[in-house]
Amino acid sequence: EPQRTAFLLRKQWTLYSVTPLYRFSPARLRDYASLLSAFIAAEKQKGLAVEVGVELDIKVAVSSLPDLKGSDQDQAGILVQLSLRSQASKKNSEEKMVWSGWFCCVFGDDLSKNVPEDFTCLPLFLANGAESYTSIVGSWFQKTFDCRFRRLAISPLSLSWMAAMWTGCKVDKTTSAMELVFSVPSLPYPLDISYAIHPEDAKALWDTVQKTPGEITQEEVDVFMDCLYSHFHRHFKIHLSATKLVKVSTAIASAHCDGIIKFLQSQYLTGVLMLLTELAISQIQ
Amino acid sequence: KQPLQVHHKHQTDLSAWRKGGRIDPEKSVQNHQSPKDQKNSSKQDSLEEALSYFEKVQDRVSLKKNSVLQKHLTAVESVASQRGLPPEGFDVLLNVALSGKLADTVNTRLLKSLIPASVIPEDSVVSSVSWLCVSKCSGNIQLLFLKWLITVFDFIDHKEQIHALYGFFFSFLQDEKMCPYVCHLLYLLTRKESVKPFRIRKLLDLQAKMGVQPHLQALLSLYKLFCPELVTITLPGKMKAYFKNSEGPWKAAINAVRQRNQENSPVPQPLFVGTAQPQSRKRKWNSQLIIPASSKTKNNLEEDREKNHVDLYSTNESFPVEQLQTFSQLLQNIHRLEFPSQMGSVLTNPLLLHYMNCIKDESVSLRLYYWMGQTLQEECTWCVANSYQYEEEFKDFLENVYKAECFLQEGFSSCEEFLYKSLPLWDGFCCRSQVLRLVSWIPLSNFSEMKSQLYDPLAQLFFTSSLYFKCSVLESLKELLQNWLNWHVSHLDSESDSEVRFLNTTLSGLVNVVAELIHFVGWISTVGLRLENNSTLMLYFILDFYETVCDIYLKYNLPLLIMPPAGVFYPALLSMDSVSLNQLCYIMYRYRTNLVAAKENELSKKKILQYKFSSQTYQEYNQYIIAMVGCLWTSSAFQKDTHPQGLRMDDELLKKTRVQEFKTSFNIVYHPAMMGYAVLFLQQAWPDDTTFNFSLIK
Repeated sequence: EPQRTAFLLRKQWTLYSVTPLYRFSPARLRDYASLLSAFIAAEKQKGLAVEVGVELDIKVAVSSLPDLKGSDQDQAGILVQLSLRSQASKKNSEEKMVWSGWFCCVFGDDLSKNVPEDFTCLPLFLANGAESYTSIVGSWFQKTFDCRFRRLAISPLSLSWMAAMWTGCKVDKTTSAMELVFSVPSLPYPLDISYAIHPEDAKALWDTVQKTPGEITQEEVDVFMDCLYSHFHRHFKIHLSATKLVKVSTAIASAHCDGIIKFLQSQYLTGVLMLLTELAISQIQ
Repeated sequence: KQPLQVHHKHQTDLSAWRKGGRIDPEKSVQNHQSPKDQKNSSKQDSLEEALSYFEKVQDRVSLKKNSVLQKHLTAVESVASQRGLPPEGFDVLLNVALSGKLADTVNTRLLKSLIPASVIPEDSVVSSVSWLCVSKCSGNIQLLFLKWLITVFDFIDHKEQIHALYGFFFSFLQDEKMCPYVCHLLYLLTRKESVKPFRIRKLLDLQAKMGVQPHLQALLSLYKLFCPELVTITLPGKMKAYFKNSEGPWKAAINAVRQRNQENSPVPQPLFVGTAQPQSRKRKWNSQLIIPASSKTKNNLEEDREKNHVDLYSTNESFPVEQLQTFSQLLQNIHRLEFPSQMGSVLTNPLLLHYMNCIKDESVSLRLYYWMGQTLQEECTWCVANSYQYEEEFKDFLENVYKAECFLQEGFSSCEEFLYKSLPLWDGFCCRSQVLRLVSWIPLSNFSEMKSQLYDPLAQLFFTSSLYFKCSVLESLKELLQNWLNWHVSHLDSESDSEVRFLNTTLSGLVNVVAELIHFVGWISTVGLRLENNSTLMLYFILDFYETVCDIYLKYNLPLLIMPPAGVFYPALLSMDSVSLNQLCYIMYRYRTNLVAAKENELSKKKILQYKFSSQTYQEYNQYIIAMVGCLWTSSAFQKDTHPQGLRMDDELLKKTRVQEFKTSFNIVYHPAMMGYAVLFLQQAWPDDTTFNFSLIK
């Protein structure tokens, strides 16, 4: 099971929220793939090839990701992959994947319980690859299923939740430090502060803060962050609480406030997706 | 330098003396023509003027000193950004910009405003290339021209002659600064016949001189694609981007013009095929404010194949939405019309709105709900940072939503939610009239957070804004009340659950919601009148509101009778103008009619009433009417009033004002508001008497 989702790890995914899709049928994925490839070919012919290559042939694959769901009420994930077939050798061609995107819904009951049968709830969309492909695929979905994509930004508040939650997760080998990146406002030149913490120290701190295992409250997150801030202040005399938290990286995953995520551990994939699904749903409703 | 024959016109032209300084002969010519021009001051004429000016302009006209030049330049820029320039305009403007006659600042602005409304004639491009060869203009202008040409390439109507100029363009590769842009242009122009060995050699030479450059590689790769046998060097397989994105300021403007033109056309047009490039970075791919209606694609979907199979005997093909142009077509095809693939397109299509009104389908309204909700939130210019430059587009979008609501005579719930979310952040300035009009369509419901989400933000803005904003808010709240009352009346008879979310409330809930609104308006009116010093304009809007309120019982069949607050009644009674006084009298009269009817219904016990109006309402009315009668008729203005905030004052206090006849000072004859009428009466009755003896009027 972790093998099937291994390809999702260690890639940078751009996040979108998607409103429910109308008359989407998980049984017709092949049809959708052929429709989408016809659409892409038509768009390319309209002459936007600023990219010269030996391509002119994009293969579309739409498949299901049955492991990517939370509860049974959730719709299984849908994966769309665009690959280039090199023109030189049509048969036995090496297909290089140029873009992939997937829809998923992990514990999205808040949304799915309120929509009628015709609608499929897949509120989270993640894309990796050129923006031009994302726009073509997204436009096709918008036109065909009357849904609406929106970039999903992650607020500093949510990022601090992620920092706290992910620090508490047990990881086998802790290779990477926990890193927080802050951007300083109102300066004539851009300034980013990167704060790296040894993962074991961070976990130790979190363990003292968290009272009930498996439950996290806002107060606990605040205390955790305040401890980190005051430690930094003691050394550098800078109040990080006045800056904007823009990126959080832990051994589990890393998240950027512009809505970019990277998964690093497959065992916690569902947990992170659950959080992201919640954020996507709050942007839709 | 100036032609001499114009000189004598200076003497006869008075404006020349007023302006002083150097007189531009062009300007005096313009002044001569001005009476005629002012009559048709439409934009088209100003554009034509500007074009003829540019055609004739001599060199070295400085922008700073010449207001005529400025005026024409601004005219060109504004027409370009509104509708785009017509094909005829390009020749003139390109010639001026590239001939180096005027300063670079002017040339840059001209080039930047070259937005096509439809097509660009090939001849203008060809002649501008010849200017380029002569190099009369500066290097920067040449670069800007190339960037422009690349951006609008698809708009040029024919390209045969431009292809013939391939060699000319090729020769520009020598210039190091122009090289990347020329490569991009050649990339667009290259066809198989353009690939010649000497050109390949030239490119390789350039590469040897300048080093490996992505733009040169691009052109070489394209050559290799066409003629692989001629290009023998190895080239990297693929590169992400060969050319820097040189879209410049035109892309966004072209898209804006296109959208505006689409809007103005009565039938939604398909997307402009000429610029089928992905939307510029500024306009995101996922967010289109205006969507053309298109039917769902039905090819290759098994489900539909089956459906068509079954219906083979009945010609039950659905009518494609794109062909729906007239109302009669809608009527004829209503049984086989399907909604478009994207519900957002109904906003600008009245026929589809009609159709939506007939078919009460939950999926349909949910699709529209999601699309509208997301679009409103994403494009809201005061909620999203750095999007204030899209205010015009958002304003138009809000306008469309409002028009659709007026058409359907009900509000959209996504719009309502948007207002609740965005009003607390609103500055009261951005898209003001659109937002206030949308407020008037908020549906009637038992929304418990109405106070904090709607009334509090509105109150905050109301108290801190100008008189006109206050009046706009009052007007919009009056319309809100009317929409609620109309909705109530239209749903009184229908027992259906079509309006699902409201049916849970009882009549008393409804009454409470309406009462809350009326009390809110009463409160802000009282404070507002004090802030604006009993302004007549404001009083007009307030009394207009109460004109609706006083008749609720009889006209809208809702058991609600609320008196205006003292802070509204007394300023109106004692106001300085007759309009307010008249309105107040009418309102009091209507109140009486309503109260009497209510009392009769109560007493007659014809029907079992849920509501008995408390005696307090009657008491309040009586107090007001006593005060009014005391003022206007019985000349006992300050004595009879029992209202706690009323006019009752002791005689000693009144004597201190040293007004002689204070008791009669507010009756019909002597009331300051009625002064005009009293005078008129005296004039008509005793036309010769010039002293205004008001005691003659009894």
